Amino acid sequence: MTVNMTKGQAISLQKSDGGSLTSVRMGLGWQAAPRRGLFGSRTREIDLDASAVLFADKQPVDVVFFRHLVSDDGSVRHTGDNLVGGVGQGGDDEAILVDLQRVPVHIDQIVFTVNSFTGQTFQEVQNAFCRLVDETNGQELARYTLAGGGAFTAQIMAKVNRAGQGWAMTAIGTPANGRTFQDLMPAILPVL
Amino acid sequence: MTAELTRGQNHPLPGARLEIRVSAGTPVVAGATLGDENGTVHGVEGVAHPGAPTLPGLEVSRQAAADHRLAVDLDAMPDTVHRVSVLLALPAGGSGPARFGAVAAPFVAVTGLDGDEVASYTLTGLEAESAVVALELYRRQGAWKVRAVGQGYAGGLAELFADQKLSQAHQLAGSIHEAVASGLARSIPAPPAAAPAHRPDHGATPRTGPGGTGGPVAPTSPYDSQGAPGPGPQTPGAPGQHGAQQPYAGGPDGPIGPGEEPATAGQPSAPAGGRPIDYSHPRRQTAAPPPPPPAAPPAAPGQPARPVAGDATGWSMEERLYNQVWGMFEDLARTTAAYRSAVDFADSRMEKELDQALSDPRNRIGGQGDAAREAARGRHAQLVSQAREVLDRDVAQLVAEAEVVEPALPAAFARWDNPVWHAYRVPMEIPMAVRLGDLHLPEADRVRVPMLIRLPLERGLWIDSGRSASLDGSFADSHEMRRLGLETAVAHAARLLAVYPAGEFTVHVIDPAGSGAQALAPLVQSGVLAAPPAQGAAGAADVLARLTQRVDLVQMALRGGAPDALPPGLDTSQQLLIVNDFPHGFDDRAVNQLRYLADEGPAVGVHLMMVADREESAGFGPLLDPLWRSLLRLTPVADDHLADPWVGHAWTYEPPLVPPGSQVLQQVLAQVAAARRSWGR
Repeated sequence: MTVNMTKGQAISLQKSDGGSLTSVRMGLGWQAAPRRGLFGSRTREIDLDASAVLFADKQPVDVVFFRHLVSDDGSVRHTGDNLVGGVGQGGDDEAILVDLQRVPVHIDQIVFTVNSFTGQTFQEVQNAFCRLVDETNGQELARYTLAGGGAFTAQIMAKVNRAGQGWAMTAIGTPANGRTFQDLMPAILPVL
Repeated sequence: MTAELTRGQNHPLPGARLEIRVSAGTPVVAGATLGDENGTVHGVEGVAHPGAPTLPGLEVSRQAAADHRLAVDLDAMPDTVHRVSVLLALPAGGSGPARFGAVAAPFVAVTGLDGDEVASYTLTGLEAESAVVALELYRRQGAWKVRAVGQGYAGGLAELFADQKLSQAHQLAGSIHEAVASGLARSIPAPPAAAPAHRPDHGATPRTGPGGTGGPVAPTSPYDSQGAPGPGPQTPGAPGQHGAQQPYAGGPDGPIGPGEEPATAGQPSAPAGGRPIDYSHPRRQTAAPPPPPPAAPPAAPGQPARPVAGDATGWSMEERLYNQVWGMFEDLARTTAAYRSAVDFADSRMEKELDQALSDPRNRIGGQGDAAREAARGRHAQLVSQAREVLDRDVAQLVAEAEVVEPALPAAFARWDNPVWHAYRVPMEIPMAVRLGDLHLPEADRVRVPMLIRLPLERGLWIDSGRSASLDGSFADSHEMRRLGLETAVAHAARLLAVYPAGEFTVHVIDPAGSGAQALAPLVQSGVLAAPPAQGAAGAADVLARLTQRVDLVQMALRGGAPDALPPGLDTSQQLLIVNDFPHGFDDRAVNQLRYLADEGPAVGVHLMMVADREESAGFGPLLDPLWRSLLRLTPVADDHLADPWVGHAWTYEPPLVPPGSQVLQQVLAQVAAARRSWGR
C-alpha cells in the first residue's frame, strides 16, 4: 500500500497492526543525464543529494548528508553520495536509513531534503522521486514525485516527528533553491 | 630470467641441450613422444618411457617418482622430429591417486645445462585426468620453442597416445604401466611422508603441506590431509558440470566447502580415489568458506536478542571477534554521544527557560516565577532521565555482550587474567590484532572495550612515564611512574612476543643507566631477548646502529624489488626496540637514528617502544615533537587521552596489567623462550 503523498499531507507511521515503525529509509532516485555522443564524459551529470536534518525543539542538532554520513549517535545513516544518478527505474540512488528506536530522546523532528548539487532544476531531471520505506519489510510507505517540478533546485521533502509514543510522517514538498541543506535552513524553519 | 608460462603460452629456447625438471607431490611417470610436423607419432619407437627410457637426443627416468629430470638434446633429434611432447601420467593400479585432481599441481621447468630456468609452468586446473601433456618443444622456422600445453586425458596414457595417432596406443600404455609397476616394486614401498617435492621456484609453486612445516602429510597428496573432512567426496554429480580441461575448474570460481561438496567430484570417467578430496585451488589454501557464525538464539518478543560471541562478519572466529569488538566500541561511542547530546540540549534549554523566567517582569511578583523555574527544572530532569533510561538500556545490552565476548577471546585479544593465557601455546600464525588495553567512558563504567590494534604495528608505542594527573587522584611520584611505565612496557612486549610465532618477533632493550633491571627481569631471566639490555651510551649506539642498518637494507631490498637478495643471516623477524630512560645516554646522533627508526621502521618491521617522560627530553627542543606525534601514546595508569574515530569522545585508557601475584607472565615467557630455543634463535 503506497500513499502518493500530496503537499502537507500527514500520515502516521504507526503500523496497521498497532506496532510502531522501528526503522525507515528515505530513498531518492533519479535518472542520469543522457550520455552525449563522442565525449560522453562531458555529459553534464546530475547530482542530487539527500540530507536529513535532526531538530531538537526547532534547533538543528545534527545533520546527515554526503559529508557527514552518520549522525553522531549512529541512528541516522546515509548510504553514500551518488554523483550521477541511476537508470531511473525506481531504484534508490541515495538512501538515508533512520533507526527510529535509537534516535536520541531530545530529537523530535527529522527533516529530509533534496538538493541539486550540480544546479539543474527539477524540470531538467527525469524520473526523480523520493520515497519512504519501512526498512523492516521493504514496504513503501509514501512516495513523492519530483520530476516535472518547477524551476527549483531543492525541495524539502518530508519530516518525521514524534507523535505520542511513536513517530508520524508529514509530506512537505516545499520547493526551494540551494546547493546544500545549509541554504535551505530558512525554508525549513517555517515547516517545523 | 624465468618465464612463468600460462597454458598455451610459448617461449623461445636458448640452446639445444636442455633439462626438463618435473616436480609433483606424488610419484608420476614421465615420458616424451617425438612427433612430426602434424604431431603424429610414428610407432612406439617415437615414445620415450620407463620401459624404453632412451631415444636419440632424449632420456627419461626408468620409474615413477615425484621428481624427474629429463635430458634433451634437440640437435641430436632426427630431422623428422618437429615436436617433442613431455607427458606425465599417474601410475595405474597400486595405492596412489588415480587422478591429477587429487594431487598437487605438477610443476615443470625447462632449464639449461647450467641449471638456470628458462621457462616454468604449473599445471593447474586438472581434475579427472590421469595423463597429461605438460609441455611441448617444437621446431618453428628452424628454431626450437617451448609451449605450455597442460592437455589432460581422463582416459589415461592410452587416450593420450591415441590422440597423437599412435596405432598401438593401448598396448604401449599397458606396457608402460607394467614397466612402472615392476619399477615401483623394486623401489621403496612409499616415499617418505612430508617430503615436499623439490621446488626450485618457490614463488610460483604451491606450498606443500600446511605452512610447509612438515606435519603428518599423506604421502600421495599433501592436500588431502587438511580440510575436506566432509562426508561425501565421491558423490556422483551431474556429468559435464565442469569441463574436464577447464583451467581452475575447482578453484577461484567460488570457494567450495566440505558442506557443499560440488558436482565436480564425480566425473563419470573419474576413477574413484580412496580418500576425501579437497577441491580448493592448490595455491589458494584459505579459500574455504568460513564456518557460519554462531546463530543468536531467538529472542523473546519485546526483549533484545541475547548476545553471542562472534556475532559479526569475518572469515574466521578471530576476525569475527575482532569485528564484534569494534562494533561494540562504535555502539558505545554512539550511544554515549546520543546521551551527551540529549543532556547538553536539556541543559541549554533549561538555561534559556530560566533566563526567560527571570527577564519577564510579570514573574517578579507572585509565585509565577517560581513556578516557571520549577517547570523548567522539571522538563530538564524529565529529558535527562529519559536519556539516561535509553543509555542504561544500551549499556546493559553491551555489558551482556561483553560478558560473552570476553571469555571467548583468543589470547592475543584477552586480558591477562583470562584463563586462555593459562592454556597458552606458542602460536603458529600471527594474529590479526593485539590487545593494548581497555577503554571505557565515564557514563558507562561497566563496559570495558578491548583496545585492539592491528598487527603488524603501524606505529611505535610511547609509554608515557611523565607525571600525569591520574584519574583516581592518587599522585604517583616520578620514580614510581617510571617503574610503572617500564612494567607496562614489559607487559606489552611480553604479549607481543607471545602472540607471534616462535622466532618471528625479536625484542631489543636499551636501558642506558641500568635502572630498569628489576622491571625488565621477566624478559631477561626467561631468555626471550635477543641480547641482554644494552647499557651506556655505547650500548645504545650499537643497538641503534644495527637496527638502522637493518632498516636501510630491507628498504633498499624492497625498493629494488629484490627482497630475496638480503644478506644471509639477516634476521627477518619483526623487531621491537624498548628504550628506557630516554634521553639518558642519547646524543644527537642517537636521537636522529631514533627518529629515523620511528619514521621508517614500521614499514619494514622495526618498531619502537619508548618509555619516557616528554618533559625530560625538552632539552632537544622541538626536534623531538614529530617523534612523539608519530608514536601511539599509552599510559601506565588510567588516563583519558584516546579519542574514538567516530565521535571523538575522550576514552579512558587502562593498561593491561598482570593480576598481582599471578605468574602467568613468567609461564608464558618460559614457553616462548623454549619455543625460540627449539627454533634455533
